[in-house]
Amino acid sequence: MRGDAGYPVRVRFAKQGKVRFVSHRDVARAFERSLRIAQLPVAFTAGFAPRPKVSFGLALGVGHESRAEYLDVELRDPVDVPALPALLTDGMPEGLAVTGAAALAPRAPALQESVTAVAYELRLADLAPAVVDAAASAAADAANLTVATTRKGKPVVVDVAPSLRRVDVDAAGGVTVELSTRPRAARPGELLTALRTLAGVEPGEGEDRVLRTHQWIERDGARLEPLAADPAPSAPSGADARALEACV
Amino acid sequence: MSTLWPQIEPLLTKVEKPARYIGMESGSIQPDHRPDRVAWLLVYPDTYEIGLPNQGLQILYEILNERPDAVAERAYAPWIDLEALLRERRLPLFSLETHRPARAFDVLAFNLSAELVYTNLLNCLDLAGVAVRAEDRADDDPLVVVGGHCTYNPEPLADFVDAVVLGDGEEVVGEITAVLAGRGRRDRAAVLRDLAAVPGVYVPCLYDVEYDGPFLAGVRPRCADVPAQVDKRTVADLAEWPYPKHQLVPLVEVVHDRLNVEIFRGCTRGCRFCQAGMITRPVRERPADQVRTMVREGLRRSGYDEVALTSLSSADFSGIEGVVADLVRDQEGTGCVSLSLPSLRVDAFTVGIASEIQRVRRTGLTFAPEAGTWRMRQVINKLITEDDLYASVDAAYSQGWRRVKLYFMVGLPTETDEDTLGIAELARTVVAIGRRHTRGASATVSVGGFVPKPHTPFQWFGQNGVPELRRKVGLLRDALRKSGAQLRWHDPAATFVEGIASRGDRRIGRVIERVWRSGATFQEWSERFDLAPWLDAMDAEGLDPDWYVTRHRHREEVLPWSHISAGLHEDFLWDDWQAALAEHGLPDCRWTPCYDCGVCTDHALEHVVGSARPPAGGSQGTGQDLRAGGLVPVQFRELARAR
Ligand code: SF4
Repeated sequence: MRGDAGYPVRVRFAKQGKVRFVSHRDVARAFERSLRIAQLPVAFTAGFAPRPKVSFGLALGVGHESRAEYLDVELRDPVDVPALPALLTDGMPEGLAVTGAAALAPRAPALQESVTAVAYELRLADLAPAVVDAAASAAADAANLTVATTRKGKPVVVDVAPSLRRVDVDAAGGVTVELSTRPRAARPGELLTALRTLAGVEPGEGEDRVLRTHQWIERDGARLEPLAADPAPSAPSGADARALEACV
Repeated sequence: MSTLWPQIEPLLTKVEKPARYIGMESGSIQPDHRPDRVAWLLVYPDTYEIGLPNQGLQILYEILNERPDAVAERAYAPWIDLEALLRERRLPLFSLETHRPARAFDVLAFNLSAELVYTNLLNCLDLAGVAVRAEDRADDDPLVVVGGHCTYNPEPLADFVDAVVLGDGEEVVGEITAVLAGRGRRDRAAVLRDLAAVPGVYVPCLYDVEYDGPFLAGVRPRCADVPAQVDKRTVADLAEWPYPKHQLVPLVEVVHDRLNVEIFRGCTRGCRFCQAGMITRPVRERPADQVRTMVREGLRRSGYDEVALTSLSSADFSGIEGVVADLVRDQEGTGCVSLSLPSLRVDAFTVGIASEIQRVRRTGLTFAPEAGTWRMRQVINKLITEDDLYASVDAAYSQGWRRVKLYFMVGLPTETDEDTLGIAELARTVVAIGRRHTRGASATVSVGGFVPKPHTPFQWFGQNGVPELRRKVGLLRDALRKSGAQLRWHDPAATFVEGIASRGDRRIGRVIERVWRSGATFQEWSERFDLAPWLDAMDAEGLDPDWYVTRHRHREEVLPWSHISAGLHEDFLWDDWQAALAEHGLPDCRWTPCYDCGVCTDHALEHVVGSARPPAGGSQGTGQDLRAGGLVPVQFRELARAR
């Protein structure tokens, strides 16, 4: 979608509560409907089966929550960007809420390519905080953390250690992790498995919870929230994005 | 009653497509349950993806929730993975809006659109913690009600349901609510007696079934105040019922995932195999302006980019060209809204409309000639000449469609191998026509085995057995080798079971129960279907499957649905059956004089149409020489669209 003479906009949204069970693909469809309900001048791809020009960032697993999802949408005409969050949230199911929007510079790099770090809060069900803490320390020190998982339907073994940047545990056993998306983006579910393996406790009846809290674009030593990373030149120098940052 | 959500939530991480179970659709209603409100749980006994789009259920959902004395929630059959988890943890079937247990509702109302879901009905009851047999239910159990097309022969389900609703539900759900209101869960017997007095409601336990050897002698009311015959309900004017006003927009992708606006109900084309057409007479059109409003508002509210104008044959709607032109103009410049129009007609006119509404995505166009030869089509009263079909197909390929889908049935009355092979010949010619326009032209031929349905002229016909249907499919497979046409067929074994349930009597209930107990649920899913438990159950009950399925009935026989009326005179059906055997067609009474089938004449009803003239392009029954051709209808069911 880059390189078109349009008006790209980046929005941030949250996915919390029951809607966490909605798949990435179905969230995309809900967004497309919401864009139509808001009657925004969305640009379409050319060709046989035109699609709205919307591109999503890193997929979020089914069942995981997030306060920091992003998508880019290309508009044909300029719109009132600060009004977008309320407008789009209106057409969405409860739990999917647009929390920020910023006009994007033309030809800004795509989310998928630019996001380099992601932070999560994990909650392991039915595990004592001390057990979690010990497993987290072991994970932080481990040279490799191999996990059996599936990729594209095929069983594979992956090592999550290279992407684990930091892991902290609070007094209640809540885990905060930061994962690098390079060389490959480790999935929070894989980290949960790694922690459970280190703790020696299989998943039980309770549900392990995952909340994505941040995505970062790191560039030239700076760490940028995606809404602030590539503002449109005419935009009031990322003021919108900063103001919104306060409510995250 | 409290919500089960905290118990269900952790299970959802362990199942396929968990969003099926969360509700939260746009258009869903959070009901305010109160002791003085009758609580309805509307259940579609198949997966969420199949059940959610059901318009009948959505209409009743809104109507009930608008009433001050009722609330309604929805439930769908949980897929086997969740069902196993629920049973393991002794959790029941639950509603989607508030995740209440099904037993917390006063009424469990099931929509039955296909016979193969019958075992799912039992499974849902059992999962709800309700006795599957009506006779085992106590006063504090919910009332089990069924509606939908299958209930025109309610006998196979008679042991399991408390009440059956026939026909349009818009008015009768209010009347049932009124019977229940203020009574709580008391005095079930009195409630059932009162329900039996509501027109359109059949209470099976108030009727005795008598047999004469294997034959039915009668289904008769036990007491004088119970009607000997139960008539269907008919909403006289669709304009008074602009529902659903807020169509549900699911978060999960479902079938028919689009805005659906019903533009008329009923169809009098008179296809003799078609139960839907026979039982929904007369034709009741929605005013064109109301259609326009419902489309505009529906699109704006839902955010959908596709709308279907639904009915049994939408191109027959008076002034359809005007409505389509307006809708297309409305959407000009706002992006890509596509329109689809299931239709029985295919002629220059319909292909013209199709190209109007599918300017961009011309992926596939569907025609349903239903039978392979003109003779056979006269028998079934689907009067399409070859020339018309070929002209329509030619128009479709020349206007950019590359793939044509053709629907046929095998096992029709009087069918010979020549008729069956006629399907292959049509298909080969269609491919040849396509190749004149594009080298990549293809055709798909879908073949289903014919199941005779109650309340149709073919209700007396002995269905083809499994070997015969297999043989006919085999003939087609051989004849279509290297033809460029792809053959798809429906499993003849599943067609056979449909035949058992479709014309079965009350004894078939025991069979359904046995099959359900053997674990056979989701029988309409081919990967879950197996003939063996059905045959075993028939055997165990001492019933002969062929007696039910392949046997021709005679005129004097008491049919299991003789006490149920869709308004059609039995004489009319019999005469039409004889006309079929004589290969005589019957015109459409919407545009030609009434032939008194009974529906309007006996029930003070009439067609509600915007125009008494047949639509442009002509139609069967308009006085033209059908043999000579002209513009004659074919069905183009749905404009498929690739994503
Ligand atoms: S009663 Fe007459 S007009 Fe009405 S549906 Fe029957 S044949 Fe047609």
